[in-house]
Amino acid sequence: MNIVVAIKHVPSTADELELNDDGTNLDFDEVDFVLNEFDEHAIEQAVLVKEAAGGEVTVVGVDVIEELDGVLHTALAKGADKAAKIVGDIEPPINSHTHARWLADAIGEMGPDLVLTGVQAVDDLDGQIGPMLAAHLDMPYVGVVTGVSASNGSVTVHKEYPGGVMAEFEVSLPAVIGVQAAEKPPRYAPISKIRQMAKSAEIEEIDADEDFEYEGCELRQMAKPVSAGHAEMLEGDAEEVAEKIIALLEDRGLL
Amino acid sequence: MSNDILVIAEHLGGKVADISYEMVGKAKELAAAWGGQAIAVMLGSGMAEQAGTFASDATLYVDDPALAEFNPEAYGRVVAALVEEKSPRLVMFGSTSVGMDLAAWLSVKKDMPCVAYVNDLTVEDGELVATAQIYGGKMAAQCVPQGDAAVVSVMAGAFPADAGRGSTAAEQIASPADLSDLKVRFVQMIMPEAGDVDITAEEKLVAIGRGIGSEDNIELAQELAEALGAELAASRPITDAGWLPKTRQVGKSGVTVKPKLYLMLGISGAPEHLEGMKDAELIIAINTDENAPIFDVAHYGATQDLFDVAEAMLEALE
Ligand SMILES: Cc1cc2nc3c(=O)[nH]c(=O)nc-3n(C[C@H](O)[C@H](O)[C@H](O)COP(=O)(O)OP(=O)(O)OC[C@H]3O[C@@H](n4cnc5c(N)ncnc54)[C@H](O)[C@@H]3O)c2cc1C
Repeated sequence: MNIVVAIKHVPSTADELELNDDGTNLDFDEVDFVLNEFDEHAIEQAVLVKEAAGGEVTVVGVDVIEELDGVLHTALAKGADKAAKIVGDIEPPINSHTHARWLADAIGEMGPDLVLTGVQAVDDLDGQIGPMLAAHLDMPYVGVVTGVSASNGSVTVHKEYPGGVMAEFEVSLPAVIGVQAAEKPPRYAPISKIRQMAKSAEIEEIDADEDFEYEGCELRQMAKPVSAGHAEMLEGDAEEVAEKIIALLEDRGLL
Repeated sequence: MSNDILVIAEHLGGKVADISYEMVGKAKELAAAWGGQAIAVMLGSGMAEQAGTFASDATLYVDDPALAEFNPEAYGRVVAALVEEKSPRLVMFGSTSVGMDLAAWLSVKKDMPCVAYVNDLTVEDGELVATAQIYGGKMAAQCVPQGDAAVVSVMAGAFPADAGRGSTAAEQIASPADLSDLKVRFVQMIMPEAGDVDITAEEKLVAIGRGIGSEDNIELAQELAEALGAELAASRPITDAGWLPKTRQVGKSGVTVKPKLYLMLGISGAPEHLEGMKDAELIIAINTDENAPIFDVAHYGATQDLFDVAEAMLEALE
């Protein structure tokens, strides 16, 4: 089975996010990029399907800040077989519609049986790429999936609803699946193996169709959310904070 | 193009999901500003009664056995056909397991711009302004969809549900799209296993997130919970890693809790987590990141290392 994983390199939300001068987007020179956390699950799920049903896994992403190689080497070290990156005169932000169009162009050429991608990403302002890929590739889509198993010509997937309820679907291939969580926690790739991949692996380069432009949304402003309230901050060192918390609980009869 | 708004309602187990009413209430306000109608659209089988519970200007109920349970392909075909027929100015989906399969798909299929993670919508000089919470809730983005028609997916809890509840009679129609030869087939519903403690019934919860670092550290949180007479709850990464059972997960795809105490250790406050706990009576958050979104929601907070605070609390409680 030919499995393709579409990934997205996204700003890390672990650090403080700096805004650009006119307050319309992030200051992309100041943010770190990381692999979208749900794509990590998509990669794991792809490798699990390959291990169970055989086949080949190709990981492909847009090289938004020319730092995708490390992500791709890690994916290869985890068991992916091939890696490709979409390159060109690219600068962030690249919106989801553009991501999806470029990825669909590349993936269409790969003739996949199964396309896996993370169910969402932190920067999906104009929508998630999984359903967009499905629309471009004219394949069915099921998202918010936590398990995929393949058997001749179809996959069985579990889609999550609130409260731990799941629906099981059978989906004819080729199809696009939006992965929420892999059946098992993503495996760890030893540094030595990633280094080895960095030395030996070949990453295919695919040219982005730079003429494509999506101007669906005019981004007027970006700012830290104005919240109705803010927590009252408990000052002091850990001991003092602990005492204050305990005092709060005692006041309310919770201890 | 019309000035109408289509609100795609959702239901699970025969019950209409609150997000549907939340969207209808908002849609009425927006449609009034445009001089159009807020049209609730319910897809299902044998759901005529539930379809009559919206305060919409009109309700369409598409009845077909293939729509009995949510099926992204079947729903997609029906919604695309309705969009073709009605040329709405706006189509609203929930940012939910249902809506997230459809909104971006429809955006590409029908060439309508899309805004995701929306938690506010207003009409300014006739233009739709959508505010979305992105970067895990750390930023609010204001956008104006270009062109004649747009798609949005709306966060649960963004608008009051009561404004959308009512008793508009639904017009029942047959599916406007062919629903044979589906490539996606619903097989069965799988219900969660019972057995573990029911955290929705607990008065005090100590909730742990990715900040806990490793499985070994859970013991410390467990000790603290015991000392407080509380049970452990968790954010999704903890249950995904298998460090705590799925039954402990609070949030969008977990359970919704309203305890008297929700003490949070190393949880950032992503929108999907907030969905499940923002109505707790007392929320105290410990997080090393002073900009963590959770501090906008918690009643009390401290920018401290969770291990230091947990240990100090244990000591003080002894
Ligand atoms: C469809 C869908 C459904 C979802 N459903 C849910 C759901 O039901 N529940 C849920 O929780 N999530 C859900 N998520 C996931 C959600 O988007 C977030 O990824 C998740 O909530 C993040 O969990 P976290 O806060 O524990 O981790 P992170 O966001 O990684 O936050 C960890 C926090 O710990 C802090 N920290 C680190 N070290 C320390 C320390 N030593 N002391 C103190 N603080 C520290 C960091 O500053 C950070 O703020 C869902 C996602 C999707 C796409």
